[in-house]
Amino acid sequence: MAEVSVRKVVKEYDGGVQAVKGIDLDIADHEFVVLVGPSGCGKSTTLRMIAGLEEITAGEIWIDGDVVNDVPPRDRDIAMVFQNYALYPHMSVFDNMAFGLKLRKFPKDEIKRRVDDAARILDIVPLLDRKPRALSGGQRQRVAMGRAIVRNPKVFLFDEPLSNLDAKLRVQMRTEIKKVHQTIPTTTVYVTHDQIEAMTLADRVVVMNGGVIEQVGTPNDLYHHPATRFVAGFIGSPAMNFLPCRVQDGTNGGLSVRITDTFVVPVPPARVDRYGAYKGREMVLGIRPEHLFEYHEQGKPGWTRVDLPVDVVEPMGMETMVHFFVDGAPVCARVDPGTHAAPGEMLPLTADLNQMHLMEVDTGRVV
Amino acid sequence: MSATVSGRRIALAAARKNSLHRSRMWALWGSYAALTVFVFMFLVPPFYTLMTSLKSSAEISAQTGSPWLVHHPTLDNFWYLITYPNFQRYYLNSIIVTILTVAVSMVISVLAAFSLSRMGFWGSQTLSTGVFLTYLVPPSLLFIPLFQIIGQLGLINNFWCLVILYPTLAVPFCTWIMIGYFSSIPKELDEAALIDGAGYLQMLWRIFIPVAMPGIIAATIFAFTISWGAFLYPLAYLYTSNQMVLTVGIISDLIRGDVFQWGKIMAACLLASLPPIVIYAFLMDYYVAGLTAGATKG
Repeated sequence: MAEVSVRKVVKEYDGGVQAVKGIDLDIADHEFVVLVGPSGCGKSTTLRMIAGLEEITAGEIWIDGDVVNDVPPRDRDIAMVFQNYALYPHMSVFDNMAFGLKLRKFPKDEIKRRVDDAARILDIVPLLDRKPRALSGGQRQRVAMGRAIVRNPKVFLFDEPLSNLDAKLRVQMRTEIKKVHQTIPTTTVYVTHDQIEAMTLADRVVVMNGGVIEQVGTPNDLYHHPATRFVAGFIGSPAMNFLPCRVQDGTNGGLSVRITDTFVVPVPPARVDRYGAYKGREMVLGIRPEHLFEYHEQGKPGWTRVDLPVDVVEPMGMETMVHFFVDGAPVCARVDPGTHAAPGEMLPLTADLNQMHLMEVDTGRVV
Repeated sequence: MSATVSGRRIALAAARKNSLHRSRMWALWGSYAALTVFVFMFLVPPFYTLMTSLKSSAEISAQTGSPWLVHHPTLDNFWYLITYPNFQRYYLNSIIVTILTVAVSMVISVLAAFSLSRMGFWGSQTLSTGVFLTYLVPPSLLFIPLFQIIGQLGLINNFWCLVILYPTLAVPFCTWIMIGYFSSIPKELDEAALIDGAGYLQMLWRIFIPVAMPGIIAATIFAFTISWGAFLYPLAYLYTSNQMVLTVGIISDLIRGDVFQWGKIMAACLLASLPPIVIYAFLMDYYVAGLTAGATKG
């Protein structure tokens, strides 16, 4: 068990391409931190630098109170689970899991005890004598996790471990990983590009983009209080709707947000002070699909009616996604499946503006 | 109407099937014809060798009858060679030289290929190309300068010189095969081993060699073939019977002046071919797998 600190870490490849541009991150003991972001954002590079598989161009990485910049991977006391499992194909499941312990000259009975314990936790006891080629994808990933668990390392590192699995198995393994972390609460750094995986697994999520950290926070923090337009758009599925707008005077001394000449919505009174400084400025209004829903006669403060022309309807069983275009910008609403919506018709919706976000156009900062 | 349309579809499908069938037939006939010519060309010489080896000297020199048939088969030629001390010596020398050549070549090739393909150091790509380029230099260009080196080492007319020389032929190609094979092994496997606590040598010994065994066997067969069948170097560097290997021993011992002991020469060729035949027969599948690995990512 250990804390991990990443301080002003830079990774620059030959040719001057910076994959990671001076990031700072502190991971507490026992914490499960997920690095999430699109391809090329530097999340895997960061993980590999923590593992010691990539050299650090500048900055420091600390594990359990020691700087490990020049410590080889085997001496960092970490274990890593890879996307393609990286099981040794010529060894049985038992030998795969025992390999690290054998190299460290553990006594045979201790190796057997640890492998058996890990196999029990992961429910792979009947597979111990099999070779990796005789296992399914999910079983292989369990073995890869078992190989990490037996070592009882200071830190677990996961590099997109579920990306090779089908959707159903991915959900199942996600739960397994969470369960394992509850049983063995080792400090964990987990990389994924799947924001649902990040939200469901993490104590804290680190959203990366273009080699920098956009925001660090709990899943709820990121969802409800995104710091930037990138985070607002990346977290949540379907993604948040963004509409170019202008903040202007509203009724009764309040403010309103003008999206088009005919589409003006009032700013909830609680937000007037916060948005006052942006009066007259071009901004971007962000609102999640779940905050645009079927119209209710009895509204609440901050709810406002909007009527939009339906473009596409996507029934999903428990909910229906309705897509619109507002002044050329795509908008999605999440409505009750019983709501009547047909392409070409106007659909009355409620916009819960208590949940709206306003962002600066140039910086993308949420104000 | 719909019956007419479906009838036309069936006819079209049948026509397509027939045309496929016909083109496949042509391809098959072409393959059989080409393979028959190929098999004929390559099996006739060994057949002739076998027939001649079973004849007595008198039958060989007789101008009557077909040379392709044996009228009075005899194993005298084989028996002579098996009990002939010089031939035993050549065989033993060939075995010693080949075993050592294969061992030396494989140790160098595996280590070189592992470092060139997996350790990613500066210039490794250029070195890999360089290793292969050395394979393109014909041995016939090298044997004169090598004669100087071997002379300075005092190894002229000593079969140990072949243990130094043959690896210069075998190592480049074996390294090239192994680079291809090692490169096809996922990078994550080394990273997993590094994190598990393995050093580079442990990684090579415990992970890469077992995983790359088909490639290693392919390279081993190649080194064996080079060493067992080489003719030019032993002819240039060895001249006494006690140092000769099979390839030169057979012709220098069984051709005396203008007297060719054809029966014994052919029997010796067959006996000399036995080890490669046995090795190829057992390891052919590995050989093919090893040569083709690395061509595609699997």
